[in-house]
Amino acid sequence: MTEHTGFEYAPAPESRSIVDIKPSYGLFINGDFVDGHGKSFKTISPATEEVLAEVAEADADDIDAAVRAARRAYDRVWGRMPGKERAKYLYRIARIIQERGREIAVLESIDNGKPIKETRDVDVPISAAHFFYYAGWADKLEYSGYGTEPLGVAGQVIPWNFPLLMLAWKIAPALACGNTVVLKPAETTPLTALLFAEICQQADLPPGVVNIVTGAGATGQALVGHPDVDKVAFTGSTEVGKAIARAVAGTDKKVTLELGGKAANVVFDDAPLDQAVEGIVNGIFFNQGHVCCAGSRLLVQESIADELLARLKRRMSTLRLGDPLDKNTDIGAINSAEQLAKIKELSAIGEAEGAGRWSPPCELPAHGFWFPPTVFTGVSQAHRIAREEIFGPVLSVLTFRTPSEAIEKANNTPFGLSAGVWTEKGSRILKMANALRAGVVWANTFNKFDPTSPFGGYQESGYGREGGRQGLAAYLKGGQR
Amino acid sequence: MSTTATDFSDITRSEASLRRFLHGLPGVDQVGAEARAASLGTRSIKTTSKQFALDLAIRMVDLTTLEGQDTPGKVRALAAKAMRPDPADPTCPSVAAVCVYPDMVATVKEVLGDSGVKVAAVATAFPSGRAALDVKLADTRDAVEAGADEIDMVIDRGAFLAGRYRQVYDEIVAVREACGDAHLKVIFETGELQTYDNVRRASWLAMMAGAHFIKTSTGKVQPAATLPVTLVMLEAVRDFREQTGQMVGVKPAGGIRTSKDAIKYLVTVNEITGPDWLTPEWFRFGASSLLNELLMQRTKMKTGRYSGPDYFTLD
Repeated sequence: MTEHTGFEYAPAPESRSIVDIKPSYGLFINGDFVDGHGKSFKTISPATEEVLAEVAEADADDIDAAVRAARRAYDRVWGRMPGKERAKYLYRIARIIQERGREIAVLESIDNGKPIKETRDVDVPISAAHFFYYAGWADKLEYSGYGTEPLGVAGQVIPWNFPLLMLAWKIAPALACGNTVVLKPAETTPLTALLFAEICQQADLPPGVVNIVTGAGATGQALVGHPDVDKVAFTGSTEVGKAIARAVAGTDKKVTLELGGKAANVVFDDAPLDQAVEGIVNGIFFNQGHVCCAGSRLLVQESIADELLARLKRRMSTLRLGDPLDKNTDIGAINSAEQLAKIKELSAIGEAEGAGRWSPPCELPAHGFWFPPTVFTGVSQAHRIAREEIFGPVLSVLTFRTPSEAIEKANNTPFGLSAGVWTEKGSRILKMANALRAGVVWANTFNKFDPTSPFGGYQESGYGREGGRQGLAAYLKGGQR
Repeated sequence: MSTTATDFSDITRSEASLRRFLHGLPGVDQVGAEARAASLGTRSIKTTSKQFALDLAIRMVDLTTLEGQDTPGKVRALAAKAMRPDPADPTCPSVAAVCVYPDMVATVKEVLGDSGVKVAAVATAFPSGRAALDVKLADTRDAVEAGADEIDMVIDRGAFLAGRYRQVYDEIVAVREACGDAHLKVIFETGELQTYDNVRRASWLAMMAGAHFIKTSTGKVQPAATLPVTLVMLEAVRDFREQTGQMVGVKPAGGIRTSKDAIKYLVTVNEITGPDWLTPEWFRFGASSLLNELLMQRTKMKTGRYSGPDYFTLD
């Protein structure tokens, strides 16, 4: 063995044998898997483009059956069940998620493309935590401030970036409050929602309380537009969110929307630099940047911009891109060919607009959808990459000179989901938190999630809050304005 | 590589200038530093990379005994083990050094001869450092004269915590001079400095004063070495090289007992400073029981079987 030999990490793949992917999946309606009436579609592994399974597509009749099942369960069982009894089911579901955690993590990584260390350490534990947290609320709703009366049937449509976690954010508070749900997972990532349907069976959840309908945009439209849905909850793109808002306008439906973002991560010259670099990396490269609250705009004080960028680039060079199931992978696959095309297009525009593009030397796998971690320097407010959500591992770097300029630039966006502040000065943190127009402001950290903390946006980032006591408002009559 | 090439006299000329510099270093956010260390601790090191890491870790061990009950017989046995840690396997590398009190240096040197294994001695009124400077310097000279290749000194934590940075700096400079050709490791006793900001300041102070190595702990105070403390020190040596071109080594000591822990440290070195530090010349483990654990894992990797602790020598 010679001196200065590089310390290469041998492959450390998590075994796939723990998951059992069936060749085809039906819809989960009224406690059973049934065939859909639409054209079935394939879900693939974005890391290899391998076809994983055929999944049923729900048409309008299937949606109707699912909503009717949910209504029946609401009227006959769930809506009238005492909160402490509902809590038992939610606790049971939480525990089963923990028990089957490894299986869920592997399945999520295969279907979504995100690294196993994230599904294992973030998606699964926080999903379980949401069920535990809202299980605790189920018999204490009279202290919520929103009364105890549920809304009825909730139609929920979730995105592909955190498939199980977004399901947990939607289903846990809805069920705790006594609503029943029909949930549509994203068409590229249906498998963990279907596994969750099995978990509902395993927990003996009464039939119809949770219904899972798979499909694409048309399925979602049918669900959102169904006349017997009392409540619509959506997480996804601002474009679709606006369409939903239009579709439900003039009806009695209650709506919460959690949409896009273009978060500013503001680094002052007195920041803890090494941790700020970690926060920037975590802010934009966590989950391949497929995060609505991603810190996609780095605002750095001009006096430390060069030093910070040098540190950031050095750190980016240690990111490991590749097999999502390898335990040492930091950056996994882009979720779909469509998303990859969008990231490529906006990055090309960034270059054309004159921003400096940089990625560490990084070999991309031959198959699947991949994009290297990328940073754009010399970006100005006028550039499209500083304004539009890229939803990929692409960071735009802007500079500022004074705190007021930082606030002005950070708030100069139609979005307002999250923001970050890095400084060792406590008073500045408080001032920035008040001034930044964002639903979540992280101080000396980024992308931290907890079921006890409300999450949601301003302006085009949507309305309503998920998580915490405030997350109950969306599912109780007393929480409606 | 000389460690006195860069001129820091503008910084070190007065108490005020030294304080301004040390307090002007970027702060360390405790939560963030600990999260980073924890995340590096989740790296999964298997098969060939584990073999590489185990052998490297063995070669980085400063095999240590620092007890009042140490005898010539005990340290001779330890020195023999340092040269041939696994008598059953001649391919097993030697450790880096044997670390003892100054009065045991000659005995250890006699056994090690020209084996290449170094003799390290703790000095300067180890472990508390509570003695007059001339006593500390005499302690150091004694050890060097007896044949120590490396001196592990302790800083005056009382002076550091009272803000008398110049005094700490001057003592390190004086001990470095007393070391002659011997390499100097500077122990901070990070368990007493408590904050990561202090660890970063102590690191720069020692590097500017000419330390060849910066070392976490004496092993006599809890907590001793931790991964986040070592991470902060690794960031310091990385930044110091960036600024001066000079490399300084890092030695976590105390509390590292398992192969798994040792590998986490190597991963941290690899990803914070890069592979240049992945050699016994620039990274050491101050440990005693760790060695047998590494040997047991090494044998397991080679044979596919776990043998019991009875198959490894207790020295």
